[in-house]
Amino acid sequence: MDQVAEAQSAASAAAFTDHREIGGTMMDIKNIVLRFGGVTAIKDVSFDIRKGEIRAIIGPNGAGKSSMLNVINGFYHPQEGEVWFNGSKRGSMKPHQIAKLGISRTFQNIALFTGMSTLDNIMTGRLTRMKVNMFWQALWSGPAEQEEIEHRAKVEEIIDFLEIQAIRKTPVGRLPYGLQKRVELGRALAAEPDLLLLDEPMAGMNVEEKEDMCRFILDVNDQFGTTIALIEHDMGVVMDIADRVVVLDYGQKIGDGTPDEVRANQKVIDAYLGVSHD
Amino acid sequence: MGENSWVPEGRDTFPKLLALNAQRFRDRPACREKMFGIWATHTWAEVAEETRALALGMMELGLQPGERIAIVGTNRPPLYWSMVAAQMVGAVPVPVYQDAVAEEMVFVLEHAEVTFIVAENQEQVDKVLSIKDRLPRLRHVIYRDPRGLRNYDHSALHEFTALQKLGRDNASKHDAEMDKRIAAGTKNDTCVMLYTSGTTGNPKGVVLSNENVIFAASSSCEFDKLTSTDETLAYLPMAWVGDFIFSIGQSYWSGFCVSCPESPDTMMADLREIGPTYFFAPPRIFETLLTTVMIRMEDAPGWMRRTFHKYIEFAKEHGVKITDGESVGLGARLKYWMGNLLVFGPLKNSLGLSRVRLGYTAGEAIGPEIFAFYRSIGINLKQLYGQTEASVFVTAQPDGQVRDDTVGVPSPGVELRIDDDGKVWYRSPGVFQEYYKEPEKTAETKDPEGWVDTGDAGFVEEGTGHLRIIDRAKDVGKMADGSLFAPKFVENKLKFYPNILEAVLLGDGRETCTAFINIDLGAVGSWAERNNVAYASYQELAAHPEVYSTIQAHVEEVNASLANDPMLSGCQIHRFLVLHKELDADDGELTRTRKVRRTTIADRYAPLIDALYDGSDTVYAETEVTYEDGRKGAITATLEIRDVKTHPRATATAKAA
Repeated sequence: MDQVAEAQSAASAAAFTDHREIGGTMMDIKNIVLRFGGVTAIKDVSFDIRKGEIRAIIGPNGAGKSSMLNVINGFYHPQEGEVWFNGSKRGSMKPHQIAKLGISRTFQNIALFTGMSTLDNIMTGRLTRMKVNMFWQALWSGPAEQEEIEHRAKVEEIIDFLEIQAIRKTPVGRLPYGLQKRVELGRALAAEPDLLLLDEPMAGMNVEEKEDMCRFILDVNDQFGTTIALIEHDMGVVMDIADRVVVLDYGQKIGDGTPDEVRANQKVIDAYLGVSHD
Repeated sequence: MGENSWVPEGRDTFPKLLALNAQRFRDRPACREKMFGIWATHTWAEVAEETRALALGMMELGLQPGERIAIVGTNRPPLYWSMVAAQMVGAVPVPVYQDAVAEEMVFVLEHAEVTFIVAENQEQVDKVLSIKDRLPRLRHVIYRDPRGLRNYDHSALHEFTALQKLGRDNASKHDAEMDKRIAAGTKNDTCVMLYTSGTTGNPKGVVLSNENVIFAASSSCEFDKLTSTDETLAYLPMAWVGDFIFSIGQSYWSGFCVSCPESPDTMMADLREIGPTYFFAPPRIFETLLTTVMIRMEDAPGWMRRTFHKYIEFAKEHGVKITDGESVGLGARLKYWMGNLLVFGPLKNSLGLSRVRLGYTAGEAIGPEIFAFYRSIGINLKQLYGQTEASVFVTAQPDGQVRDDTVGVPSPGVELRIDDDGKVWYRSPGVFQEYYKEPEKTAETKDPEGWVDTGDAGFVEEGTGHLRIIDRAKDVGKMADGSLFAPKFVENKLKFYPNILEAVLLGDGRETCTAFINIDLGAVGSWAERNNVAYASYQELAAHPEVYSTIQAHVEEVNASLANDPMLSGCQIHRFLVLHKELDADDGELTRTRKVRRTTIADRYAPLIDALYDGSDTVYAETEVTYEDGRKGAITATLEIRDVKTHPRATATAKAA
């Protein structure tokens, strides 16, 4: 009987404990200034991303969030400031070089190959990891075949993870928006990134799709230990899933901290609710 | 019946049958599961080993004989193994509807006093954890899919394979006791407890003994000549009696292989890959399949569409006869052969029904046209009438006597009786033991001689001996003028139109009948797309004037056909409205098996019903909805009410019996 009582009390104890390990700084962004001609999109912004965390970048329209993401993944080259990744300073790089560094991303406006199936789209995410040369790939035998089988197994794992088995062979162009977003996440995951950048992963989704996407983001972070930086409009979502939040407004950083700290920050409240300027 | 000699020694429980199958079918496939895009097959020998390891693990955790263990999830081989593993230990498996919200689940889990729960994944584990304070007897939760569960407190939570390992590691400790318990099992032991969804009140736990299930399985295998070479796809809820009888009962008895789809959404693709020889589906599935085919044909190139319709028209005329093996002229036979080559064969193949030797439909009446369609393209689709309380089989249609308007002749071993009120009763060795912990309800349904009340009104046809079901006995009412009110009959007629998903007929005790209609989003949505009708939501589409006109035309056709029926011409629909939301089991409007709950609907939509009868043209509706996670919201709409043309009655008002 003791055993029973013990098991019961154990069952009613806290069901959830966080075993994630938030490590040291993975990416350090120092005093970034980004200008497009006369327009300064980002003014002297600094923040860091720690290993294993979910870091959100929020802000009103035109605050410079997407520009910031493009700086992180190396697509934009800031005029001033430094980006440190895994302990070394990053010079200017081509996007594919960045991808090899272990950063992958999804886009605000979905950027998939619409004529290709879900499976093939996710397979493209494996490209940076394919080692066999074109000769063997063209022959599709020997090492190329072996490699494809390995990659396919990984892709199937992702398909299972994202619960998109039913659309495995459906051309992506025929899928509804919410599912396309999921396929895009799948492709980003296929590269097995250390840092995953998500540009408005919930934009245009209904409540149910948002909930699903939240769960996938949390699961990716939990199961693969992937560090995630995401931009999001939906404050509710961000406050629920992010470990730390950076708030941008008119290209400047106006807040940085845990969701609770950010929520209490007067500047953030003003930026979101508006403040009279007279 | 006395002592039944038909249950052979060594085959009176499922653990014993499993041991037998591991010998006689050793390396033949027992079950398949699609994982990571590949079908993984388990042989009978493997299943026996896996199940035993699981049972040993459960024993190590302290599962006691007689305790109840709940199984929650979609069809997965390990969940089926869990049921038999529980039986090995001497416990009673209680499969639970996996799409039930936590509130509904708590009733069953509490009532059955479950001590163990086997859950499929995080979703189900979360549900269980959210209600665990109300389940004081619950000791252990076992889960199959570890995703997202890594950080949960594992003191009372066990991963499936870890539990099997625990069992294997402790085998020497429990082996002897396990063998003793398996050997001690008899045909009188409880095999399974299945909760019926019930159109009124709380679910009832139907207790079936090994004898009940094994009788039903063995006699039906014999009736339809099912053998170990058959194949089937398990995709219907595990908590439903049919799935238990087919996927465990018949499979263990005859040794056929049960395949489980990758996920509920991939069912159609998996069906095509497996190509079952034995397929069971409720009419709704056959309707959906046909609707999908028709929608896809609309989008096909012209020549293809014309060929399709030409041969389908031809099949309507001769196909059923050919399927039934009747004599047909040589010309027609040749043309049918051609049609098979060009249309029927590829169509069956793309539906995954090429190999189907035996198809059953049950649960609801099937539309005559849908039924004829499948039979005409050469699929041996038959009707079955059954109940949880009967271990499924009450009547079934023998080969060669298949018709759309009957449910067949009594199954082997079943006696049938119609009482003075027209209600159907039956008695058989498959009849359930009792409703768990509810002796009064048991006595209400089952009389001391073992006759069970089906609750359906029906009659046995003169000459053929086929049973015909009219409606639920308690739903059959009388109109104000005394004529018969049979809502289900009329609703089915409406639901045979692809555009209509669900219908509710109102009018018991009133002068006239009216109806609520639910549109089928798939069919109507596709129509809207083809005709450039823009809509933003279900609600907007449902309220579209052209949709209303289409539905009105359907209702008028139904009225015309009802007018010719002397018994039911009083049920013609005078006014109707299209509901702004789909009737949903989460809102309690339907049962989990999608039967209409009339009292709930009458309550929830009382203002709409009043409006149907007070002559107003529109009505404002505010309805509370429950989301899948149990939260509630409200939707509002102003609904149009249309008057429909009715026909004078065919004969002088026929009074109901």
